[in-house]
Amino acid sequence: MRPAGIDATALTIVIVLFVLVTVIGFAASRWRRAESLANLDEWGLGGRGFGTLVTWFLLGGDLYTAYTFVAVPALMFASGAVGFFAVPYTVIVYPLVFVFLPRLWSVSHRHGYVTPADFVRGRYDSRVLALAIALTGLLATMPYIALQLVGIQSVLEVMGIGGGSNTLLADLPLLVAFAALAAYTYSSGLRAPALIAFVKDILIYVVVLVAVLYIPSKLGGWGHVFDSAQAALPTHKPPGTLVPGPAGLWPYATLALGSAMALFMYPHSITAVLSTRSRDIGRRNAALLPAYSLLLGLIALLGYMALAAKVNTVGFDGKPNAQLAVPQLFADMFPSWFSGIAFSAIAIGALVPAAIMSIAAANLFTRNIYREFLRPAASPAEEARVSKLTSLVVKVGALLFVLSLDRTLAINFQLLGGIWMLQTFPAIVFGLFTRWFHRWALLAGWAVAMVYGTYQAYNVLNPITGAHFGGSSAQIPLLNGRNGYIALTAFVLNLVVAVVGTVVLRAMKVPSGRDATESGDYFADAGDPRVGPLPELAPA
Amino acid sequence: MVEQPIRPASRHAVPARATGTYVICAVLLLAPFVALLWVSSYAKVSPRLFGFPFFYWYQLMWVLISAVCTYVSYVLVRRVEPRRERLEDRPGGPR
Repeated sequence: MRPAGIDATALTIVIVLFVLVTVIGFAASRWRRAESLANLDEWGLGGRGFGTLVTWFLLGGDLYTAYTFVAVPALMFASGAVGFFAVPYTVIVYPLVFVFLPRLWSVSHRHGYVTPADFVRGRYDSRVLALAIALTGLLATMPYIALQLVGIQSVLEVMGIGGGSNTLLADLPLLVAFAALAAYTYSSGLRAPALIAFVKDILIYVVVLVAVLYIPSKLGGWGHVFDSAQAALPTHKPPGTLVPGPAGLWPYATLALGSAMALFMYPHSITAVLSTRSRDIGRRNAALLPAYSLLLGLIALLGYMALAAKVNTVGFDGKPNAQLAVPQLFADMFPSWFSGIAFSAIAIGALVPAAIMSIAAANLFTRNIYREFLRPAASPAEEARVSKLTSLVVKVGALLFVLSLDRTLAINFQLLGGIWMLQTFPAIVFGLFTRWFHRWALLAGWAVAMVYGTYQAYNVLNPITGAHFGGSSAQIPLLNGRNGYIALTAFVLNLVVAVVGTVVLRAMKVPSGRDATESGDYFADAGDPRVGPLPELAPA
Repeated sequence: MVEQPIRPASRHAVPARATGTYVICAVLLLAPFVALLWVSSYAKVSPRLFGFPFFYWYQLMWVLISAVCTYVSYVLVRRVEPRRERLEDRPGGPR
């Protein structure tokens, strides 16, 4: 059982900072004030006017979530080297997006696309393929929002809040945090997380820099931290290692590559990119965002510091929970007032991505389901209204998910989310460069890979509990029993089906639809003439 | 010689091919993939640096190298794309 008692100093600081970001969230609707927020360009994309610095904070706050900051060191704490895949993952993602984001920005700018599914709709002239892309995004985003709550919960738990027997009272802080988040997202749209991201990221940078300078010195230096980890990891069940062994090389590389390819398929990443002012800002940020990757690498090592400090990770339920390692490390090592700042950094770090994710999910629903299938005549004002309401529904859904269901379910879904998102890569990224692929072949590849990936992930058993969805790596067929990230195996299958399908469908001369885009669209920049309401997206 | 209007650019404009630049960028952008996905080349403890095992400091070093590679590619690519007035460099920006 956890020792009872609430750290009043830390709690006060958390509350003060939380009130501060709530005020900022509401005030954000006046920032770069638009004539009206009643359209998706304004509410859902912040007016498409963010510059390099705002985008850097926004994307940093968006991609490097509170969950990442808790889960990555937790994985290092429990399993060692494998958790460090987050570093190669967040390094190679930037050269990758450098290549395709400018094209996505340009074509979306010219045609007024708000979601990646809008682009697929225009490029392939297929409502069904666009629906598949939109549903994948929705499915993967919802549990991700739920996981942000898990990040807040672990902070509350370490502070001694939420252990009571009264469920409603125990979850009250979380409910209040989420109600505030929902309210300012509703009123300010993407401007709210963009402004709050400044606070969040500055807090995170300060906390992590202090942590990596101060904690190791208290623990006898970096050498000692690594030595303690090396001694402790092999005693874990299953045993961890300081450096990947021969069997760990393939999973490490495929996890890094697969995750990097999937990251910018997530709707919330693309929402942040499309909110930028010009074509160059995405590219410039590809060179600047690695600062966060460096930070993430240092955060990952907090897991080893927690090992060296032998922190107590037993939660309210009496079971060890690696997710508590970092918050507990802060509580043990820092004076109360600074752990208050550190806890705020994690909690606020959950609010920014949760807001952007709910906006992205709402945009997907509005553009690719509501308008496409339910109300083709929806006006921009109606679109904004539906999106705002959907953002509320999405957040309530995430809240219910976390409160009523087992938290491992959210983690399982998040795991599946990565596998699913990667399967939209061919339609979106290859689609930005070539129209060779046939729409039905892409759809078939997506469907086959979704089923295969989900089935494979289901079959991975937890080595301790024997539960399903025990991990994200499985044997790669045809590769002599080597293990690899399931998402990447499924992606290869996806690609094979798409290529073979395209050859067959072209030979059969099945109509491939009308491409609403042209080569020049992929190079358009700010200030270029835009295409008005698109004929194929306009009301019928 | 026909006078080229600077803006608005034609909506059909596609930048001229600049193979040399693209080859250099491809090498710069592919380098981090080769270095970091070839895990067996760095999955070892020594040599240590400031107490960090090789596995850790090597990958953290690539964060910096990769950022530089991406930045150089950005500078190179911008040189060959159609020269447009850069709105964002104007005070106040386009909006």
